[in-house]
Amino acid sequence: MTSVLDTPIGPVPRVATSLTWRDHLGAWRVRWGMGRDDYKVDPGVYALGEPNADSPVLVTANYKLTFDVVRRDLDGRDVWLLVLDTRGINVWCAAGKRTFSTDELVRWIEGIGLSRLVAHQRLVLPQFGATGVAAHTVRKRTGFRVVWGPVRSADIPAFLDAGMEATPGMREVTFTAYDRLVLAPVEITGTAAYGWWTVLALFAISGFGPWVFSLDAAWHRGFAAFSVFVAAALAGGLVAPLLLPWLPGRAFSIKGATSGLLVGLLVLALWDRPLDAVTIAAVLLGAAALSSFVAMNFTGSTPYTSPSGVEKEMRRSMPWQSLAAAASVAMWVGSAWIGKGGV
Amino acid sequence: MKGYRYLPGVATLELDVDKCTGCRQCEIVCPHRVFAVEDGRARILDLDACMECGACALNCAWGAIGVNAGVGCASAIIGSWLRGGAAPKSGDRC
Repeated sequence: MTSVLDTPIGPVPRVATSLTWRDHLGAWRVRWGMGRDDYKVDPGVYALGEPNADSPVLVTANYKLTFDVVRRDLDGRDVWLLVLDTRGINVWCAAGKRTFSTDELVRWIEGIGLSRLVAHQRLVLPQFGATGVAAHTVRKRTGFRVVWGPVRSADIPAFLDAGMEATPGMREVTFTAYDRLVLAPVEITGTAAYGWWTVLALFAISGFGPWVFSLDAAWHRGFAAFSVFVAAALAGGLVAPLLLPWLPGRAFSIKGATSGLLVGLLVLALWDRPLDAVTIAAVLLGAAALSSFVAMNFTGSTPYTSPSGVEKEMRRSMPWQSLAAAASVAMWVGSAWIGKGGV
Repeated sequence: MKGYRYLPGVATLELDVDKCTGCRQCEIVCPHRVFAVEDGRARILDLDACMECGACALNCAWGAIGVNAGVGCASAIIGSWLRGGAAPKSGDRC
């Protein structure tokens, strides 16, 4: 907040359109899943630049990452920002959860007396908000007309300059390599959160062999299994998202299994202990199964997977993922009886 | 959407052309250009591109569009299975 603007509806905070190192650090932290559930700004009206009664009103969510991107992209513009209370969730997900919704928008329009702040009756909403907001209902209940803005905040200046007309390109969602990469860390930290128990179990089962149970084997063979686990999680959580357009198949489980096999082969190439057919099969099957499952979870981060499609591929692939994982574990334990068990 | 296609033949999107007035809201709000309005009536151009987000149905004032909307997210669907087959709700991580 840089200053306060006196308006017919009372003092309105004016915020900067440049980001500080603190904003960048905050963005980096939430991208890694740190404090992501509580990264928000107070909902309400904000001023950017020197807005007056004729300035456009742009509606957005109170996720601070969203708020920061929008104010940065509107540098040099005089506009009002109406920030809805989406509980710190981005526009699209909040619209899906119905916190970025018709009711919430109407509540704010009436609650703050928006019609006393601006002389016009026009609101610009992000196109992704259409999943939660019915434009015709907003109009009926408040008189305000919803104009659907572009999908990407970076296109807002061009959209405003064109008299609030979006080009077809502004209306269509994209999913660039940068978009996929920036979403990967939070998926990986999410996997790590439930992965610790699996890792402990891997060390434990790696201790069994003809010697019954050995702590030394648990440590050494366990570490090899742990390496495969980490490599497979990265295959599904980082390699598959990055190579998404080029990996074969449409189902994410197939794409993930492929990247898991590739990374599994790489791990085997770097393997510094005796290799036999059973160990090779255990590594490849395990890597494919885990990577397939992790990649399937990336569906929630993409802007093009339908729930019907995700459910279909889950019903088809999860039996195979479970079977491959079980076979991998059985063969890994069994491999201890073959040769020197890779110790 | 250039470069991306998901599973074909699964989208639950339906359009009742008789109720359509050609207002173009569906064409505007769809981020995958599933609709085109020609001669005052909407038409489904690309059903398999639909991600079932529900924006079109919600913004059709005439009730001409139906879709079983939700989030295409594996963890949300696992959550709904665990809750006993209830319709998927946005999971915490989506």
